[in-house]
Amino acid sequence: MKLDSMYQEIILDHYRNPHGKGLREGDAEVHHVNPTCGDEITLRVKLDGAVVTDVSYESQGCSISQASASVLNDLVVGKSVGDAQKVQEAFLELMQSKGQSEGDEEVLEDAVAFSGVSKYPARVKCALLSWMAWKDATAQALAQRPE
Amino acid sequence: MTIHPGSAHRELTGLLDTDAIRKDFPVLQRLLHDGQPLVYLDNAATSQKPQQVLDALNTYYEQHNANVHRGVHVLAEEATALYEGARDKVAAFINAPSRDEVIFTKNASESLNLVANMLGWADEPYRVDSDAEVVITEMEHHSNIVPWQLLSQRTGAKLKWFGLTDDGRLDLSNIEQLITEKTKVVSFVLVSNILGTVNPVEAIVRRAQDVGALVVIDASQAAPHMVVDVQALGADFVAFTGHKMLGPTGIGVLWGRHELLEDLPPFLGGGEMIETVSMSSSTYAPAPHKFEAGTPPIAQAIGLGAAIDYLNGIGMDAVAAHEHAITRYAVERLLEVPDLRIIGPRTADDRGAAISFTLGDIHPHDVGQVLDEQGIAVRVGHHCARPVCLRYGIPATTRASFYLYSTPAEVDALIDGLHHVRSFFGAG
Ligand SMILES: Cc1ncc(COP(=O)(O)O)c(C=O)c1O
Ligand SMILES: [Zn+2]
Repeated sequence: MKLDSMYQEIILDHYRNPHGKGLREGDAEVHHVNPTCGDEITLRVKLDGAVVTDVSYESQGCSISQASASVLNDLVVGKSVGDAQKVQEAFLELMQSKGQSEGDEEVLEDAVAFSGVSKYPARVKCALLSWMAWKDATAQALAQRPE
Repeated sequence: MTIHPGSAHRELTGLLDTDAIRKDFPVLQRLLHDGQPLVYLDNAATSQKPQQVLDALNTYYEQHNANVHRGVHVLAEEATALYEGARDKVAAFINAPSRDEVIFTKNASESLNLVANMLGWADEPYRVDSDAEVVITEMEHHSNIVPWQLLSQRTGAKLKWFGLTDDGRLDLSNIEQLITEKTKVVSFVLVSNILGTVNPVEAIVRRAQDVGALVVIDASQAAPHMVVDVQALGADFVAFTGHKMLGPTGIGVLWGRHELLEDLPPFLGGGEMIETVSMSSSTYAPAPHKFEAGTPPIAQAIGLGAAIDYLNGIGMDAVAAHEHAITRYAVERLLEVPDLRIIGPRTADDRGAAISFTLGDIHPHDVGQVLDEQGIAVRVGHHCARPVCLRYGIPATTRASFYLYSTPAEVDALIDGLHHVRSFFGAG
């Protein structure tokens, strides 16, 4: 069934047991919403020098938006900001591929499971919600730094 | 599509001959996703269109297309007669005392914005200013909230609203405190697009009239489904939208009482709405033209006229009876689904054919996606009534909404689909 390409087992696992959920201390906080289906996320980024030490979040929404926040936490925590941004860009490209890309597993790890979601335009925003929030929060955290 | 075992359908009374009706709607013949019949349960968002409406649009463009009210040639006269003929049909459909009380707009949103702006720019006694209060309800569509928020922000008027009871009805217990001598306008929805609730018009209109407030009724979810008689309602303005009642998009209606339309100022200026224009000032055409600046949606108005002919052919009482039977059956069967919570009245009494619900903790977006895979079209989200979701502490709902072509078998398909959703997400 076509649905299985969207709701891959990995996605449903992350949805049922989200990684890193809950709000912890951070350098910047943002709140993003997906007006089409009401998904919401409040997300904080904690940086230590050039390293992303934590991404914490409180969120409500559909399985795709929840799973994607969990995968985001897995992928960017512990990476340098530069490497994390490369992952974010690769994920964005995958989600904009309209089902044409399978994603680079080296870079995206579990996030390649979202390639099926990219075929459903209405759901792409769900998958991108936490990633856009992370991008925004990271930019704010960097901007706040003393010179 | 599966038929419910034991076919409880035979006991349903008041159903229309949907086999015949469905033949008029080309899109209902569509098969989706490798051969699944379309089960279209998103009628509160927009209705499908019968061939008769599609033909009216085509014939207009193929045979009569011209601008209205401006030409002396044959086509211009035909186009004007068709456009104004549509106004006559609308006037008769809502029992308006005069055809000149029917203003064509592009949708219900524009109709409601038009009223709010007429009142914002009006002279006394209608003027909404910083001493005035405007009363709406917590179950309004955003189209009947935001125009009043804008008006009150711009004028300093105070915006107040009726709250909701736990079973999805208006809480009228504080009506005397809400609607007071200061109230200039009371605007409320006749049938809620998210809860399905049919509101008690009489009680609200009586109180509004006692204090001399104008009454605006949003009939967007009523006009498609039941007899709407503007004289019986007792309102001053009634708004609705063509695309939810078998008509095309791009056409809406604002009905207003004649004296008010005479007195109130225009909102949009342009061609059509004037009498004379000089460089320093203009005088305006009488209503309804005063409120129809520019080239109107001509084909769309004609399409709406054809939709009204179609509805009249069936009879609005018959449409209402059909939907009532389907709604009763749907409510009953939905309540059989484990973990399903109806947001709104849990019976078919004083309720329209839009039914919102949550399904355990499965997010509506996921419910809608899995239903879509089975060819079932529902709407998910806050349905442009976010305050209702906040009121009931939910992020969103799944909404199934029925119309004159909906069948009990489609209700069964929905129920089967919901069981499948539950098993897909490991709930059942
Ligand atoms: C109750 C109600 N009011 C107003 C509207 C707005 O209609 P439109 O979008 O056609 O302006 C809708 C439709 O979504 C509605 O259901
Ligand atoms: Zn979503």
